[in-house]
Amino acid sequence: MLWETVSLAFTTIIRNKLRTFLTVLGVVIGVAAVIAMVTIGQGSSAQVSASVAALGTNVLTVRPGTRGFGPPTGGATAPRFSLKDAEALADLSLVGYAAPVVSSGQTVVFGNANAATQVYGTSGDYTRVQNWALRTGRSFEPHEESAGSAVCVLGQTVATKLFGNSDPVGQSIRVKNVACQVLGVLSARGSGSFGQDQDDLVLMPAKAVQRRLEGNANVDSIAVALRKSVSAEDGIAAVQAVLRERRRIGLTQPDNFSVSDSKELSNMLGGINTVLTGLLSSVAAVSLLVGGIGIMNIMLVSVTERTREIGIRLAVGASARQVLLQFLVEAVVLSLLGGAIGIGLGLAIAYGGSVFMAIPFVPSGAVVALAFGFSALIGVVFGYFPARRAARLDPIEALRYQ
Amino acid sequence: MPPLIQFAGVSRTYGRGEAEVRALDGVDLSIERGEFVAIMGPSGSGKSTAMNIIGCLDRPSAGKYLFQGVEVQDLDQDRRALLRRHCLGFVFQGFNLLARQSALENVELPLIYRGLPKAERVARARLALHKVGLEGREGHDPSQLSGGQQQRVAIARALASDPMVILADEPTGNLDSQRSHEIMQLLQALNRDGITIVMVTHENDIAAYAQRLLVFTDGKLTRDEATPALISRSA
Repeated sequence: MLWETVSLAFTTIIRNKLRTFLTVLGVVIGVAAVIAMVTIGQGSSAQVSASVAALGTNVLTVRPGTRGFGPPTGGATAPRFSLKDAEALADLSLVGYAAPVVSSGQTVVFGNANAATQVYGTSGDYTRVQNWALRTGRSFEPHEESAGSAVCVLGQTVATKLFGNSDPVGQSIRVKNVACQVLGVLSARGSGSFGQDQDDLVLMPAKAVQRRLEGNANVDSIAVALRKSVSAEDGIAAVQAVLRERRRIGLTQPDNFSVSDSKELSNMLGGINTVLTGLLSSVAAVSLLVGGIGIMNIMLVSVTERTREIGIRLAVGASARQVLLQFLVEAVVLSLLGGAIGIGLGLAIAYGGSVFMAIPFVPSGAVVALAFGFSALIGVVFGYFPARRAARLDPIEALRYQ
Repeated sequence: MPPLIQFAGVSRTYGRGEAEVRALDGVDLSIERGEFVAIMGPSGSGKSTAMNIIGCLDRPSAGKYLFQGVEVQDLDQDRRALLRRHCLGFVFQGFNLLARQSALENVELPLIYRGLPKAERVARARLALHKVGLEGREGHDPSQLSGGQQQRVAIARALASDPMVILADEPTGNLDSQRSHEIMQLLQALNRDGITIVMVTHENDIAAYAQRLLVFTDGKLTRDEATPALISRSA
C-alpha cells in the first residue's frame, strides 16, 4: 500500500512538471545554500588545520610587551630582545630550535626589476622552526650568521618578481643600499590563514639586518620550535622562566613579553570560522523554512483542485487515513526531490567556491544526510496540514465539487 | 436471512432550529438480495439523501440502517469506508473517473485500497472491462472515450471489487437515449448475474428496467410497488 502511494505521488509529480519545479524551488535553494555554506566552512577549517600541520611541531612566538586580542599594549616601551635571548632559548632542553626574527620592510632590486617586501633577519634555524624546505640553493652557514654577511634566501614571490623564470642562485640583488648574494629560494607555501602571501619575504642573517639595514641590535621576536613530545604548556612555562630571569623580572611583577602558541591562532581562526559558518547556515536555513511554506501552499491548492478526485477515492473505499497518507507522501516526495536537487547543487557550488578560494573541498556525508533528513521533515511538517484537510473532506460534498 | 438493506424509521435533517430541513422523515424500507430497484421523486424529495445513506456516504440523524442485518448507522468513517470498499459499488451521473488515468487504472482504483497486488488488480480490472464490453480500450484516457464508454468504465470500476450492491445515481443523466438504453441493458445483465442494483432516476423509461419502484415525496416513501406496466418499455 505504501509503495502504491509512493508511486502514485511520483506519477502526480511527473504529470505536473512545471508546478513541481516551482514548488520545490524553495527547498532546492534552501538546501543548496545550507550545503554550500557548511561545505565551504569545513573546507576553510581544513585549510586552517592544514596550514597549522605544515608548521610541524608546535611553534611558539615570543614578542616583547604583552599581547592579547586587540592592539598590543606596552609593546613600544617594553625592552627588546637580543640575539643572546634567542641563543639562551635554543639551549633549553625542551626546545628544538629557536630563531631570532628582525623584520625590516625594504625594497629589493635586481637589474630594473624591484619588489617591496619584508626582510627577516634570522638564523638558518628559521626554516627548521617553520619546517620550510628550500626549493633550490642553500640556507646560511653559521659563519655567515656570526659575520653578518650580505647573503640572502628569497621567498618564491620575490624570486619570481625579480628573476622571472631564471635561476636567482649566485646572483646579487640590492637590498636598500646593500649588495646581497642570493644563496637559495624557499619552496612556495601559498596563502596563509589570513590570506596573506607567505612567500613574499627575504631571509638574511640577523646581524646583517641589524647592522646594515636597521642600525641597531634589536630582535623583534623569537620563533621557537618545541621538541616533538613537549606540550605547549610545558614549553611556554620553560620559555617564560628563562626570559623572566634574563629580563630580571621580580616575582610579583607581570611579564613584559608574551608567548603565543601557533595552535592559539588556529583555534581563534577555527572559532571565527565556526561562528561565520553557523551564521550563514542559519540564514540559509530560513530559506529552507520558506521553501517548506511554499510546499504547503501548493499542496493546499492541490487539495482544492483535486477535491473531486478525493471524493471519488473516498467513494470507492479509501479511508481517511489512506487519503491523508497520499497527500503526505506527495509532500514528502516533493521536498525530498527538492532536497536531492539542492544537495547536488549545493555541492557543485561548494566545489566551485573551493576551487575559486583555493581551499580544500570537503563534502561531509553527515551534512548531506542531515539535509536530506531535514527535507523529509519539512515535507511531513508542511504536508500534514493540507493532507489532513484532504482527509477530512466530506465525500458527498467532494463529489459534488466542480 | 435478513434483508440486504433495511431502513427502520430513518430520518435525516440538515441545519438546526428555524433553518432545519428534513430531507428524510421516518422512512421504512427493505431491499432483498438480487433486486433491481429504481428510486424516483421530484428534486428535494429525499431520494439522493436515501442513496447517500444506503451508500454509507452519509449517516441518518435518527433511525436505524441495517446492512445484512447489521446496524451500520453508527459506524465511524473508517468502518464505513471499509463497507464501501468491500460491499458497495458506485455509478454516478457525471461518471467521476480520474481524468489523467487510463480506463484500466480507473478500474484498478478500488482494488488498490483493498491492498491487492498489482498483477491481481490488473487481471480483475481487465475482466471487469471485458464484462462491460470495453476490451481493447484499457489504455485510453477518459477524454478519449465517449460518454457511454466512460459510464461503462465507471460500471467496470464498481464491478471490479465484486460488490453486493451497485448504487447508480442517475447513471443515464448525461447520455443520449441510445446510450442510455445500452447502459440500462448492461445493468440489467449484471442484475441477472446476481448483483443487487439500486438506481435513482428521473425518467420513466429508465425506471422501467427495474423490477421495483420506490417514489419519494417530501422526505417520505410514498409509493413502493412493482414497476407498473404502463411505464414499461412502451413508454
